[in-house]
Amino acid sequence: MTAIIALSLLGILNLFLGFWFSRKTIQAATLVFLTGSMALTALDWNHEMLWYGHMFHTTNTSISFSLIIQLAAFMVVSFSKGFGIDEEHTHPAEYYAILLFSVVGAILMVSFDHLIMFFVGLEILSVAMYVLTGSDKRNLRSNEAALKYFLMGSFATGILLFGITLVYGATRSFYLANIALAIANTPPESTPVFLSIGVLLMLVGFLFKISAAPFHFWTPDVYEGAPTIFTMFMSTVVKAASFAALFQLLSGPFGTMYGTWVYPIYYISMLTLLVGNVTAVYQQSAKRMLAYSSISHAGYMLLTVSANQVSTPSTILYYSLSYTLATIVAFGVVMLVAEYQTGRTEKPENFSSFEGLAKQNPGLAFCFTISLLSLAGIPLTAGFWGKFFVFSDIFNRHVYYPVILAIIMSAIGVYYYFKGIIAIYFKEGDIERIELPGLVKFAMWACTLGTLLLGVYPSIVKNLF
Amino acid sequence: MYLLFILLFPLLIGSALLIFKPKNAFSISLAASIIELAATVFVLKEASLSPVSFSAPWVAEAGLSFSLYVDGISGVLIGLCALLVPFIVATTANTDRANKAQFQGLMLAMQTALMGAFLAKDAFLFYFFFEASLLPIYFLAAIYGGENKNAITFKFFVYTLFGSLFFLIALVYVYLQTPGEFHSADIEVLYQTAKGLSADQQGYLFAAFFLAFAIKMPVFPFHTWQPDTYTVAPVQGTMLLSGIMLKMGTYGVIRFVLPMFPVGVATWGLTASVLSVIGVIYGSIIAIQQKDAKRLLAYSSFAHVGLMSAGILTGSIEGIQGALYQMVSHGINIVGLFFVIEIIERRTKSREIAQLGGITQFSYPLTVTFVILSLGSVALPLTNGFVGEFLLLKSVFDQNLTLGIIAGITIILGAVYTLRLIQKSMFGNVSRITADFADLTGAEKAVLIPLSALVILGGIFPSTVLGFSEPAVQQLIQWFK
Repeated sequence: MTAIIALSLLGILNLFLGFWFSRKTIQAATLVFLTGSMALTALDWNHEMLWYGHMFHTTNTSISFSLIIQLAAFMVVSFSKGFGIDEEHTHPAEYYAILLFSVVGAILMVSFDHLIMFFVGLEILSVAMYVLTGSDKRNLRSNEAALKYFLMGSFATGILLFGITLVYGATRSFYLANIALAIANTPPESTPVFLSIGVLLMLVGFLFKISAAPFHFWTPDVYEGAPTIFTMFMSTVVKAASFAALFQLLSGPFGTMYGTWVYPIYYISMLTLLVGNVTAVYQQSAKRMLAYSSISHAGYMLLTVSANQVSTPSTILYYSLSYTLATIVAFGVVMLVAEYQTGRTEKPENFSSFEGLAKQNPGLAFCFTISLLSLAGIPLTAGFWGKFFVFSDIFNRHVYYPVILAIIMSAIGVYYYFKGIIAIYFKEGDIERIELPGLVKFAMWACTLGTLLLGVYPSIVKNLF
Repeated sequence: MYLLFILLFPLLIGSALLIFKPKNAFSISLAASIIELAATVFVLKEASLSPVSFSAPWVAEAGLSFSLYVDGISGVLIGLCALLVPFIVATTANTDRANKAQFQGLMLAMQTALMGAFLAKDAFLFYFFFEASLLPIYFLAAIYGGENKNAITFKFFVYTLFGSLFFLIALVYVYLQTPGEFHSADIEVLYQTAKGLSADQQGYLFAAFFLAFAIKMPVFPFHTWQPDTYTVAPVQGTMLLSGIMLKMGTYGVIRFVLPMFPVGVATWGLTASVLSVIGVIYGSIIAIQQKDAKRLLAYSSFAHVGLMSAGILTGSIEGIQGALYQMVSHGINIVGLFFVIEIIERRTKSREIAQLGGITQFSYPLTVTFVILSLGSVALPLTNGFVGEFLLLKSVFDQNLTLGIIAGITIILGAVYTLRLIQKSMFGNVSRITADFADLTGAEKAVLIPLSALVILGGIFPSTVLGFSEPAVQQLIQWFK
C-alpha cells in the first residue's frame, strides 16, 4: 500500500528530474522507482490489511495483480529507450511521471473495497492514458486517437458512474461488503429493478475499458494511432487492472446476482471472440492485428470471469501475466521493426515490413515467434496454460457452447499470428541487423524466457494463492 | 530417472545445436541419436521385466503430474522412435543439410516431443507433447521445404491443431469428472472415470478424440493435408512425419480411445473403421496413378495407416498387436523407401517415375535394398510387413467379413503400385537422366542395408516385439471389455 504513496511522490520527483538530467538517467531512475515500489508492494504479502477508512484492501490477490501491473510498467519503461534520444518534441520526464501516476490508478483499481476508490483509480488510469495516447503531438493519427479515446472513454465513464449511483441508491452504501450484505438481506421479490440496471450499466462501462464487442470500435484506431510504446502499456496494464476489478465486483458484492450478469457476459464474450478473431485475420498491419488480438483475448478472459469459480482469480492472474509478457514483446518488436523501417517502406507497421527479419536478427525473431505462439496458445508457452485454465474453469460451470466457439476461434487465431511468423522466417527481405540497447534486450529476453518458463511449469504462478 | 534422460537428452543436444551452431553438427547429432538409442534399449530391457515409471509434481493445483512410463505398448513406440532417428540423421550425410546446425537441432527437438508423447502417463502431458511436436516439424518443413511450402505447411499446422483442440476440450471434460478436489489426468484414473459416463457422452467424446487422431494419422476424409505436406517437406521431415509422428495418432487411439470409451467405440467404431478402410482403398488407388514417387509413397502411407486404424478399432488382441507391429514395420519400411527416392532424386534431380529407368544397371545394392523394403511394404511373407498386416486383416475379418474382404484388397493394390514403382525406376531402359547414375556411397549403404536387414529379421522373429507388448495389450483389453 505504501507503494501508491511512494509512486505518487516519485512521479512528482520525476517531473523535476527532467530539468536537470538526461533522458537515460530519467529512464534509469524510473526503473529504480518501479523496482522499489514493487518491493514495497511485495512487503504486504500475507498481511491482509484495510487502509484509508476501509476503502483500500490489500490481499494476496490484489498484491499479485499490483505486481503484474508494475512489472508491465517496468518492461514498458525498459522498452522506451528514453523516448528517442534526439527527438526535440518529446518530454520523457512527463511521460515517465504520467506512467507512474497511471500505475497508482491501476493499483487502486485492483485493491479497492469501496466504489469511489475504484472510480478514482479508474479515472487516474484513464486520464493518464488519454494524455499518453496523444503524446506524439505532431502526428495526426495520435491526435485523432487521443480525441477518440477521450470522448468514448468519458462517455463510458459516465455510464459507469451512473451505474454506481443506481447501485448506491439500491443498497445505500459504497462499501463492497455492505453492498453484498444489503443485496443478500433483501428478498428477491423486493429487490429494486434499478439495482440490476445499475449492475448492467457498470458492466457496460467495464466492457468499454476492456474493449469487448460491441464496445470495441475505439480499440483498433486508438491502439494504432497511439505511439506503440503506450499501446503496449494500454493493452496490458489497463486490461489486467480492469479484469481484476471486474472480477472483484462480480464475485464479491454482485456474486448473488449471478443470473443478472452472467448471460450478458456469455453473449458478449462470444461476440467479442468472433469479432476480434475474424477481423484480425484481415489486417495487413501487425499493430492493428495485435489490437484485434487484444480484443479477442478480452473474450477469453470474460469467459473465465463469468465462470466465477474458486480458481478464477488465479486463472485471471495467470492469463493476465501470460498475456502481458507476450504482448509486451509483440508490440516491442513491432515498435523496433517499425522504427527501423520508417523511411524505408511506406507502411512500416505492416507485416510486409517484417519480411526477412530472421536472417540478421535471430534473437528478435525468436522472441517475436515465442510471443506470437503464446498469444495463439500453443503448448510450451504460457498462453497454452492460460487457455487451458480458462476452459477448465468454464467447463466446471457445465457451459459448453461458448467453449466450442472459443476453440474454433483459437484455431483461427493461429492463422493470423502465423502471418507474422511466416513473414519473418519464410519471406525474402533485406532487414539489416537492428542494434538494441541493453535494456530493451533485457526486457525482451526476460519476457520471452518468462513466457517459456510459465509454459513449462505454470505452477509457479498458478498456486500463489 | 532413465526416462527423464531419454526424454530430455535429445532436446538438450538439439537446443545446444540451435544456440551454438557448431560446424560439425552432423556428427554431434548422429552421436546424440545413437546414445539415445543405446539408452532406450537399456530402458526397454528394464521394462521387459516390469514397467518403468517416473513421476514428479507438475501443475499440482490442477492435479497434473509429470509422469512418464514405459510398458509394453509405449515401449514399442519409444523403441521405434529411438531406432529411426539415427537413420534419419544419417540420411543427411554428405548433403548440404548435414552440418546445418539448425536442421539437426530441430530434428533432435522433434525427437524429444515424440518421445514425450509416447512416454507420457498423464493425459495432459501427452497433449502437451502431441501439440509441441508440431513446432519443430513445422519449422523443418517450412524452412527447408520445396515449392509452395508456406501455404502447404501452414495448412498442415492449422489443420492438425484444429483437431487437437477438440481433443483438448474432450480431455478437459473427462478430466473434470475425475474424483478429488484437484482432479487428476492420470491415464488410469481417466479410464476409470470415462467408464462411468453415459452412452451419449461416450459417443461425443469418442468423436472428439478420434477426430484429433484421425487427422494426425490421417484417416479418410481428413487426409487432405498429408500428401502435399509429405511431398513438400525435406525428406528427413517426411520420414519423421510418416515414420514416427503419424504413430502418435494410432498410439493415441490405442492408449486413450479404446480403454476410455468402450461404449463409444461399440456405437461409432464401425463408422470409423469404414472410413479407415475407405482410406485404405482410396489411398491405394490414388497411389497407383501418381507420377511423383514421393507422392506415391505418401499415399501408400495413408493407405497403410488406414488399415492400422481399422484393426485397432476392432479392439481385439490381434488388432492391437498387429497395429503395434505394423507401426514398427511401417516406420522402418517407409523411412527406407523415402530414402531410396531421395537418393534417386539427388542423382537425377527428378522424382517423376516416367523419367526414370534402368537404375539397376548402375547400382545393384540400391536395387536389392529397394526391392526388400518394397516387399516389406507389400507384406510378402517373411518380411516384417506380413506379420502386422496379417494380424490386422484377421482382426478386421473377425469383426466384419465384408469390411475384411474390402480391406484385403489392399494387399493386391499395394503390390500394384509398389511393383510398378520398382519396375519403372530400377528396370527397363536407361533414360536420359539416369544415364550416369552413381553407385551408393558408404553412408547411403550404412542406412539402407541395416534397414533392409531389419525388414527380413522382423519377418522371421516377430515375437521379439509381439512378446514384449503382449502383457500390456492384454491388460489394456481388460478396460475395453
